[in-house]
Amino acid sequence: MDPQRQKHLVLILARQFASNLSTPTLIADERGSLVYYNEAAEAVIGRRFAETGEMPIDEFTAEFDPRTLESEPLAPERRPIRVALDGHRASHLAYLVTSTDGVEREVEVSAFPLFAQTEEFVGIVAMFWRV
Amino acid sequence: MSLRLKIWGCRGSLPAPGNDTVAFGGNTSCVEVLLGRDDEALVLDAGTGIRALGLDLVRRGTRRIHLFLTHLHLDHLEGLRFFAPIWDEDVVIDIWGPRSPVSGLRDRILRSFSPPLFPLDFRDVPARVTFHDLPAKPWRHEGVTLASELVLHPGPTLGFRLEAGGSTVAYVPDHEPALTGIEGRSIDWVSGGAIAAGADVLMHDAQYLEDEYDAKVGWGHSSVADAVSFCCAVDAKRLVLFHHEPERSDRALELLEIRARELMPADRTPPVLAREGMELEVGP
Repeated sequence: MDPQRQKHLVLILARQFASNLSTPTLIADERGSLVYYNEAAEAVIGRRFAETGEMPIDEFTAEFDPRTLESEPLAPERRPIRVALDGHRASHLAYLVTSTDGVEREVEVSAFPLFAQTEEFVGIVAMFWRV
Repeated sequence: MSLRLKIWGCRGSLPAPGNDTVAFGGNTSCVEVLLGRDDEALVLDAGTGIRALGLDLVRRGTRRIHLFLTHLHLDHLEGLRFFAPIWDEDVVIDIWGPRSPVSGLRDRILRSFSPPLFPLDFRDVPARVTFHDLPAKPWRHEGVTLASELVLHPGPTLGFRLEAGGSTVAYVPDHEPALTGIEGRSIDWVSGGAIAAGADVLMHDAQYLEDEYDAKVGWGHSSVADAVSFCCAVDAKRLVLFHHEPERSDRALELLEIRARELMPADRTPPVLAREGMELEVGP
């Protein structure tokens, strides 16, 4: 059996949960690979997940040029997704992004880690809101 | 080397003894992986079917038992207390099964081994029992490899993948993959996908007919249609319909098998019903 062929059950359940939410939500696995975002997120991102596919989450977020509310570049280690991935803790932040349509938007992002059996870290969920 | 298995119980949820269930049996889940020797036994699940197996193991003089539990719902555990070898101080038993996110297998099982659910305490058990939490690295023994993966069913639940000499059997008796989707998704997003991928034999939950399932979504079991869809999605070669609804008589089960065969594409092997006493030999 190749374990790489199977997403952890917690991620499968998280995807099912996210697919029924109207809140934009994305999921990354424990290695920091974007594995899913929902329809609500597609509307904000401007691209279907099927077009994006799985990719490193840093590459994905960099496309949106994240900046502080003062329009300064937002260091990766301050981004909620990175905090959840690296620090295994919840994080929330408001910042600016530029969507694929070229429009600057303020978003608030909450990201939290997912732990399965015996504190086994299996990935993160990030939800975001347009301000 | 081939894999040989014997089914000691394949009923789901609750034992169903009686004249209407003699052909397919009324005992709950228990499958023996036949190792070709009498001193050791490899067993999957401890439903009521394990009681008769236990008596057989005593007759064979088996002293070393490896028991793998998919989960701890009673229909997969209640036979353990009446498993004769556990009451023999000369027997060594390793029990493998899922821990919960907050407690280990041992603590979880001990709850069912104490009052008011049972008159005796686990401390009264004379056999030398060791508990092992799953999932863990694949277990390898005597040419058999057993891998486990969490699958979709209420509470921590495992599916097992057995491999030996190029033969593969997937054992997923309690599973509702349709809840998160089967068709139209890549296999890595299908619950149980890796456990069952390309298996020679897939023993899978098929508790409900399609119209019954509509009222039982989220209960953790599959319709016969979803069992067939899952089998096709993972490209398993042969489907053995398992975890029979306790209300279903032998005749009603035969109708379910007919339905499964209607649903299975014509170029695939027709599904069969699991039956108590059935032996399966899976060659390379």
